[in-house]
Amino acid sequence: MTELVFELEKSLLSLDRLTARQLLARQQATTSSFDTVEQLIVPVLERIGNGWTAGNIALSQVYMSGRICEELVDELLPPGDPERKDLPKLGLAVLEDYHMLGKRIVYAVLRAGGFEVIDYGRVTVSELVERVQADRVKILLISTLMLPSALRVKEVRKKLNQAGSSVKIVVGGAPFLFDETLWQEVQADAMAARASEVLEIISRLGDAA
Amino acid sequence: MNGNDSLSSLQRVLTTLGHQEPDRVPLFLLLSMHGAKELGLSIKKYFSRPENVVEGQLRIRAKYKNDCIYTFFYAPVEVEAWGAEVIYVDDGPPNTGEPFIHQFSDINNLQPPNVGTCPPLVKVLEATAQLKAAVGDDAPLIGVAVAPFSLPVMQMGFEKYLDLMQQPALFNHLMQVNQAFCVAWANAQLAAGATAICYFDPVASPTIIPPEMYQKTVFEINRQTLARINGPTATHFASGLSLPILDQVAQTGTAVVGVSVQENLTTLKAACRGKLTVLGNLNGIEMRRWSATEAEQKVKEAIAQAGPGGGFILSDNHGEIPWQVPEDTLLAISEAAHTWGHYPLDWVGRGG
Repeated sequence: MTELVFELEKSLLSLDRLTARQLLARQQATTSSFDTVEQLIVPVLERIGNGWTAGNIALSQVYMSGRICEELVDELLPPGDPERKDLPKLGLAVLEDYHMLGKRIVYAVLRAGGFEVIDYGRVTVSELVERVQADRVKILLISTLMLPSALRVKEVRKKLNQAGSSVKIVVGGAPFLFDETLWQEVQADAMAARASEVLEIISRLGDAA
Repeated sequence: MNGNDSLSSLQRVLTTLGHQEPDRVPLFLLLSMHGAKELGLSIKKYFSRPENVVEGQLRIRAKYKNDCIYTFFYAPVEVEAWGAEVIYVDDGPPNTGEPFIHQFSDINNLQPPNVGTCPPLVKVLEATAQLKAAVGDDAPLIGVAVAPFSLPVMQMGFEKYLDLMQQPALFNHLMQVNQAFCVAWANAQLAAGATAICYFDPVASPTIIPPEMYQKTVFEINRQTLARINGPTATHFASGLSLPILDQVAQTGTAVVGVSVQENLTTLKAACRGKLTVLGNLNGIEMRRWSATEAEQKVKEAIAQAGPGGGFILSDNHGEIPWQVPEDTLLAISEAAHTWGHYPLDWVGRGG
């Protein structure tokens, strides 16, 4: 298994879709689609995410790897497949920010991890609060690049609290990386230092939700 | 000149660029939006007239004893010139609205705007000329140009741009168009009175692309571009990493590199010694909540790590200090720089 993870990582970082697909097929011959995702895709994305945090892998490679995995998993577990994970209910948004790449990477990681997710795109605080409640989202993921957007997460928290919502908020993006206490200041429940970390955080928060 | 300073700001900066120790470590507080606070204006109104920016920068220089004038308005001013929308917020830098390159084929018809006639760029040039008239040769005026390789994020969005990188012909064409614009824009600022250009290239950082891609693609774009800019440049990665590519960055012809707080400053300084002046590396995001004591400590740490021998300018690590950083913190940083930055740095190594 470890060797397969290394091989898949290598193929993803060199944008070799063909080899990546073959490696997945080899794994799927011995396990279910769901287990292929859990035992191969998720560990590879985690390794690539860790590589970015360590400064050894570039964001462009994280993005392309996520996109390729998303495509491959969509083939393994097509949208609506009963093996896809639709619980806990996830929402994903960019808050009053015009930088969308971070959200796109998180979306790819979630899809590659077998999750269904509601993508709200770019929204204001009020729009986000309204839609999260209407959709009965349990975990809300907010991606930011600009500091003012990161600070507005606190307004989301406040309005959700006022509405009696217990939704968990997970934040990520540059401002939170440069100030390790910022996620607590804006009253988020967790901070993902890299996109792949959301899978572990969802697992943790999902149990508590 | 202030207090124990014996050199003008410009002399101080030129000395450190020559990798010699001046009278004091130069301080570049790269404040763009804070001029609006000085004048009691909204950010949008502040940037609407060059006279506001002139007054704002002069007040900032006087208040914080800053060693430069920063003629930077906001990053999207460059794509505003191409027709892009600029979105203002009350508490941060203006954003670029929807990208104006909607599909890859749009690149074939792309023409760079005339920098001398586009109203948003003319505003910057007017502010630069007025600031030069006010400051003369006492302090360097730092203009800004976004590198051809980084501009497409604002032209077409990051995701689409990363996809474009897989299409060499269109990518190369966009680089040529952007290069022509970047050179014209940088040279227009220099002609208006800017002393040097801060060449922002965050996408070229190893944070965003692999160092191999920098070597294979970006290095030559930057070498060619910088060779055509008629003045000194500082390459800035806007908080991104730079250590793995520093040798090549030095070979592009740039004089200065803006470094990230996420890399060890001592290591960076050693890698740059004699080749590049280090600009950095205070954490602007964290700076928001620093006490005066913390500010002093951070300034001392940076000076101790990178100050000895010259070749160092104390600054933030992003190239733009957030709106949320309070005046008291900026004053504490300035005071610490003026207290601990005087050469010789005898206190360094003695735990001063």
